[in-house]
Amino acid sequence: MPEKTEKQIVFDKVKDTPPLAVSLYTMDYNKTGSWRNVRPVIDYEKCTGCMTCWKFCPEPAIDAEKYEEDGKEKYKPVIDYEYCKGCGICWVECPVEGAIYTEEEGE
Amino acid sequence: MRKVMIGNHALSYGAKISRAQVIPAYPITPQTEVVELLSEMCANGEMDAKFIKVESEHSAMTASIGASATGARVFTATSAQGLALMHEVLHWAVGARTPIVMGNINRAMAPPWTIWTEQTDSLAQRDTGWMQLYAQNSQEVLDSVIQAYKVAEAVQIPAMVILAAFVLSHTSEAVELPEQGKVDEFLPPYEPEYRIDPANPHAFGGLTGPDGYFELRYQIQKAIEDALPKWDEVGAEFGEVFGRKYGLIETYKVEDAKNLIISSATLASTARTAVDTLREKGEKVGLLRIRIFRPFPSAQIRSILSSVDRAVVVDRNISFGASGIFYQEVKAAVYNEKNPPPIFGVIAGIGGRDVTKKDIIDIYEDIMRMDEPKSDIIWKGVRL
Repeated sequence: MPEKTEKQIVFDKVKDTPPLAVSLYTMDYNKTGSWRNVRPVIDYEKCTGCMTCWKFCPEPAIDAEKYEEDGKEKYKPVIDYEYCKGCGICWVECPVEGAIYTEEEGE
Repeated sequence: MRKVMIGNHALSYGAKISRAQVIPAYPITPQTEVVELLSEMCANGEMDAKFIKVESEHSAMTASIGASATGARVFTATSAQGLALMHEVLHWAVGARTPIVMGNINRAMAPPWTIWTEQTDSLAQRDTGWMQLYAQNSQEVLDSVIQAYKVAEAVQIPAMVILAAFVLSHTSEAVELPEQGKVDEFLPPYEPEYRIDPANPHAFGGLTGPDGYFELRYQIQKAIEDALPKWDEVGAEFGEVFGRKYGLIETYKVEDAKNLIISSATLASTARTAVDTLREKGEKVGLLRIRIFRPFPSAQIRSILSSVDRAVVVDRNISFGASGIFYQEVKAAVYNEKNPPPIFGVIAGIGGRDVTKKDIIDIYEDIMRMDEPKSDIIWKGVRL
């Protein structure tokens, strides 16, 4: 196996190339947030922390952030705008009216 | 242990004894018994494998690729329209270098709807990069599944084990089931260098431009070339362990043959009996059976053809606008030789029309009366 290089996906010679189209490392350097033209926003006043958006997000673009309330461990969704492509699935799937809304990117 | 089984079940037992771990499959006549038996064996615990019911053959192959990419040993099976529906992802399986083994029952393509045998379904997949093996009896089917995993996993290229609809798929024969312990020794678990593993993340199949794609395709060609000697090695090793030796090609009475019949699969079995009868009549005739079609054993075929005066290829398939497909490949293999013999191309048995021993004898006697091949197709058995 060639030496791991975070960003390298094209190699000089066949002998250095993996046999299949595979990155040698994670692709997390490939920040896809610039693809977004619609920006989902979470209204934490309405969000119940059900985490449906986190389950449905097709990218690792919604993190589950741990916090404590009344001595209990809880989670809330936090959108990672470095990776969010703005597909809107979280907005469609959110069961609480208005807990996730979208705005045009750049507003 | 000897067991009476149909050709389809020889595929199922081949997958079981090879310890296939994931079987995504969709039923289609005449393949259905293959996956029926496998689903039963997964359900009753005879196999430690996951059977995935899918909604189409495209999904069967897609799930196979995903499972194989995790490092699982994967088996599936299909036929005709099902194989055609997989076409897009057959390319994907090769590019992803997933050594899936798939049974394909050769069935003629529709329309009109038909279920009888012909090789055009699998031969139409020849440029996908899948290895293709044409078996002639149920014992070879079972043995070939085991060998196919060994070769496929060594070179990271998927393989099809192909059998004729009904003639083989539904014919019962006594088949020797190898001992599980010996098979485990012959075929150790699959351990790929790259696999989907959350602890060691990679991106698979991502966008690759002209600066990277070419080298990946070059490697596929090199890998499938490496498989050529591998099939003979693995076939010979199989012979040492299990007493039945296999190779890229099989020859019968070619040592002193002046004329050669070339064919594949069950047609070659019929041709073998025709050779015996022709020999009794004093003909110096031999048989060359092409067992592995991809990678194509050109050198082996050249070496046999270098010592004969003429050859006839009997194809149960057709590339419309050209000719029989084995015929094209055999001709191409010898074209650059100094004095290649004339090669005649016969198309017979299309859509499962019976090809008898007498038909093969007639074909042979007809081409012996000809001076040279006048066209790329000599039709046998079509009512003109």
